[in-house]
Amino acid sequence: MSILVLAEHHDGALAGATAHVVAAAQQIGGDIDVLVAGEGVSAIAEAAARLGGVSKVRVADHAAYAHLLAEPTAALIAELAGDYSHVLATASTTGKNVLPRVAALKDVAQISEIIAVESADTFKRPIYAGNAIATVQSEDALKVITVRATGFDAVGESGSASIEAVDFVADNTQSTFVKEALAQSDRPELGAAKVVISGGRGMGSGDNFTLLEGIADKLGAAIGASRAAVDAGFVPNDMQVGQTGKIVAPDLYIAVGISGAIQHLAGMKDSKVIVAINKDEEAPIFQVADYGLVADLFEAVPELEQQL
Amino acid sequence: MKILVAVKRVLDYNVKIRVKPDHSDVDLTNVKMAMNPFCEIAVEEAVRLKEKGVASEVIVATVGPKAAQEQLRTALALGADRAVHVETDERVESLGAAKALAKIVEEEQPGLVILGKQAIDTDNNQTGQMLAALTGLPQGTFASEVVVENDTAKVTREVDGGLQTVSLTLPAIVTTDLRLNEPRYAKLPDIMKAKKKPMDVKTPADLGIEVASKVTLVKVEPPAERQGGVKVGSVDELVDKLKNEAKVL
Repeated sequence: MSILVLAEHHDGALAGATAHVVAAAQQIGGDIDVLVAGEGVSAIAEAAARLGGVSKVRVADHAAYAHLLAEPTAALIAELAGDYSHVLATASTTGKNVLPRVAALKDVAQISEIIAVESADTFKRPIYAGNAIATVQSEDALKVITVRATGFDAVGESGSASIEAVDFVADNTQSTFVKEALAQSDRPELGAAKVVISGGRGMGSGDNFTLLEGIADKLGAAIGASRAAVDAGFVPNDMQVGQTGKIVAPDLYIAVGISGAIQHLAGMKDSKVIVAINKDEEAPIFQVADYGLVADLFEAVPELEQQL
Repeated sequence: MKILVAVKRVLDYNVKIRVKPDHSDVDLTNVKMAMNPFCEIAVEEAVRLKEKGVASEVIVATVGPKAAQEQLRTALALGADRAVHVETDERVESLGAAKALAKIVEEEQPGLVILGKQAIDTDNNQTGQMLAALTGLPQGTFASEVVVENDTAKVTREVDGGLQTVSLTLPAIVTTDLRLNEPRYAKLPDIMKAKKKPMDVKTPADLGIEVASKVTLVKVEPPAERQGGVKVGSVDELVDKLKNEAKVL
């Protein structure tokens, strides 16, 4: 068996999630190759070559793969897929965009967001917003899989894989990149942070999110939000934690003014310790919280910040 | 141009699910079903494009059991013009649904196809991308804004770091994210009128395709229960517990 892992990268750096996907590949077993596609990605390829357990890094460095648009990237992976039994990517917006297109090009199913590997053809994945865990078995010759990064511990940087170039260039006349508007943040990435503090509708306004910043600074935490807070325009949507936003599993998750709807819990209930601060003692968030404080957040949050 | 919209019948998003005691699947007997929320957003976007004069006709399609016609009627009441039902009692996964939809795309030649980004039952997030691959069309997934100009669609996508805009040549496939629009409610007179709108019923065999999946569901289990937590009386107590009991600070 041999496995191809699509490297995730942003702003010229290899994303941490890739090391988690390589860990999932190790559990499947077999030779692991990492594909680095993009434009000007040699530093990323070198970082990928250091990942533990990787045999080879294949680099497709060409303008066609800039921004990893789905059409050329899927064509590239489909071209290479013949050498592999499994193709894996992280269940990020990039992986979710590209891999199903690869699967259909190869006429096989895709298995989305696995959280555990049972064997080379059997995997566990959450369904119904994480309210059930399905074990699925694939009979397809090629297994195309996205991996939920929080389900696997990252591999270390102990490797020294060889790097080789891929010559195939996909031609794409159908889609072009226009622009990107990325949210600026000095805080840790939401999906990788050890501590996450999130605000919900109870925050009352976007300005009040500054209340969370003091705690986030002291704990080195990322700041998240519920859908209600995003829809109310308090914060941008890339801060959303939940079934339709990001899935996080930090050591500590602090939910402030969040009721705990099913869709929000889907994004955070695998956190190690959950703290809820809410003035409604009936709020469903208290059913999953390890520590619940029934209090007005506008009093409790500044007090908490002071005590840290 | 024509717009094709795909909708799916799923468990209502407010329902707390139960896993069957034999762990074969989720128990769907006597539970409220509804149109997948992302599909509602897809229907709304298509209807708005028709209201703006961009689209001439909105066709809604689904793949699934006879009961799914209820969701097609809902889409018709919301403003779709006619419906196509690919009727099957098999468990249809994304690839099978995409193959059926690809046949409908071939038949109807729509200028734009809109789907939801994911169904809240399987949480797959695959069908739109697969349909794009099978039809050879470009894709604009997780769309929060769609602007159609001449023969291109400018699609703003919700990506992990923020927003990305791509330009696609039409025909194209778009999948909706939550913030694309606020779906309207069906009005009673429209629900009555929807009953008279045309509904074309076909089978996968009529389309010359197989919808069966090569992925089998081995078992379904409830997720690990979290240990019941405690309520603390003050911030002092909370910090103390986090430091000394949970040891996360």
